[in-house]
Amino acid sequence: MTLRLSAATYRYAGARRNALDGVDLELSAGTVLGVVGPNEAGKSTLCLVASGLAPVVVAGRLSGSVTIDGRETTDMRPHELAQRCGILFQNPQAQLSGTAATVFEEIAFGPRNLGLSLSTVIQRIAACLEALGIAALADRDPARLSGGQAQLVALAAILALEPDFLILDEPTSQLDPQGTRLVGEALRRLVGERRTAILVVEHKTALLDRLADRVVVVDEGRIVREGPTADVLDDPMLPRHGVEPPPRVRVRSALTAAGMGTPAATDLLMAELAS
Amino acid sequence: MRPERGLDPSVANREGAAAGLPAYVLRVPTGTYRSLNPFTKSVIALSSAIVAFGVRGWTGPLIVLALTAAIAAIAGVTRSLRRFVLATIPIVVSILLVNAFLYPGATDVLFTVGPFAATGTGVTVALQATLRVVAFALSVAVFSLTTATDDFLADLEHRGTGRRLTFVVGSAIGMIPAMASRATEIVEAQRARGLDTEGSIRRRIRGIVPLAGPMVFGALSEVEERTVALEARGFSAPARRTVMRILPDSGLQRALRWFVGLGSIVAVAASIAGRFPLP
Repeated sequence: MTLRLSAATYRYAGARRNALDGVDLELSAGTVLGVVGPNEAGKSTLCLVASGLAPVVVAGRLSGSVTIDGRETTDMRPHELAQRCGILFQNPQAQLSGTAATVFEEIAFGPRNLGLSLSTVIQRIAACLEALGIAALADRDPARLSGGQAQLVALAAILALEPDFLILDEPTSQLDPQGTRLVGEALRRLVGERRTAILVVEHKTALLDRLADRVVVVDEGRIVREGPTADVLDDPMLPRHGVEPPPRVRVRSALTAAGMGTPAATDLLMAELAS
Repeated sequence: MRPERGLDPSVANREGAAAGLPAYVLRVPTGTYRSLNPFTKSVIALSSAIVAFGVRGWTGPLIVLALTAAIAAIAGVTRSLRRFVLATIPIVVSILLVNAFLYPGATDVLFTVGPFAATGTGVTVALQATLRVVAFALSVAVFSLTTATDDFLADLEHRGTGRRLTFVVGSAIGMIPAMASRATEIVEAQRARGLDTEGSIRRRIRGIVPLAGPMVFGALSEVEERTVALEARGFSAPARRTVMRILPDSGLQRALRWFVGLGSIVAVAASIAGRFPLP
């Protein structure tokens, strides 16, 4: 089970320059790929292209190839894509259907579209509510949720489709530390139990530090750095790409600069603090 | 309130409850009129509109007004109808003025205002037209006050209406409060930056421009985002959408729908053909 981008270049309809330029990526079952980069770097476009929605739904021109298990996403219909590759957008309110009276029904929207049996729909909703710790929101009106709550509900709505690949565009941008931790745990469970492959765009590098197997840095539509999470997030060049290193790296840098410990000793200290 | 015979909600929703749907999703309507199936209520509202506009003279609109008032009393929504009556004032005033003073060919002058003469024929036509508009508005109002939007949509889906049409109807209804809320947010944001939108009419008109731009462009942008998001949730899947709620219906209600629907068409046809002369 592999999602592969090969020399993927994308230009929005009417745009003068490429939003994505020659990107090569591979996402395999049971792995998490973190994506970081400054604003306007092309991260959201990467999400749309990787999910197949661009150019199938979002108008534009794609060159290179994007395949899911060897099949071009441009040959797949939107509902087929939805079942293989779920995507969570930055703005959770725009992701909600706007027609559901309760959060329960909002999460049911996707599975119902697929025509699943009612008992399956209910099972999936219960599992998603439980996984994200939002069972208490089930009877609430989706239009009256806070930003963070809406983000969790939008994520639950995508998880309910049980896709093999999950593309998340800043899934914790409106969440408090507890919500962020819940999302991290839920994603880790998905990877461990269902072998879901996850591509997550995230400014909170601390989350990626704990969650991702590999990280890519995107800048001006290109991948400028790629490697195992620890290697990339430890890279002292990271801030030059508009990315703030995780606290572990910042504390270590500060202590080392102050001559207060070796990097190894600082890592040990940070691990102790985290536990 | 005791459910009417044949409308036992537990029967209609047995499948959903058995599957484990919680009560806040089943939301079985209660009350004599409210518990009628949304389709039955929509047929009553539509038939009322047909009779109000289709049956000549005073009889059509007066019958509809009486019926609507009775239904509103049964459903307990009479007080809420006032704002709907108030909402018809602009159109009612224009109907009265245009017909009373400008009715073509009328010569029975009642009084004059400057160069304009109000005629008896014009006033009669204007009053009848006013009654029709008010009767129509109230029948629609009673429907909307006694039917939750999601009940209506659930019933449409259950009856096999396409998901796109159902979604469009739901979105259109849901858009009104959403737009109002967005307008409030924009106005407050503009005020926070020093724009004066209160006071004289001139100031209020000047405040429309900075409101309209963000409203329109924001709505267009959201439509695009939402379209993409819907596709990401399998909206265009070919399978028949899973029905989650089945609202109570009965043979009695089916008979009532046929009777009311056909009855309104027969009444209009007979009125047009002059088969039963009405005042």
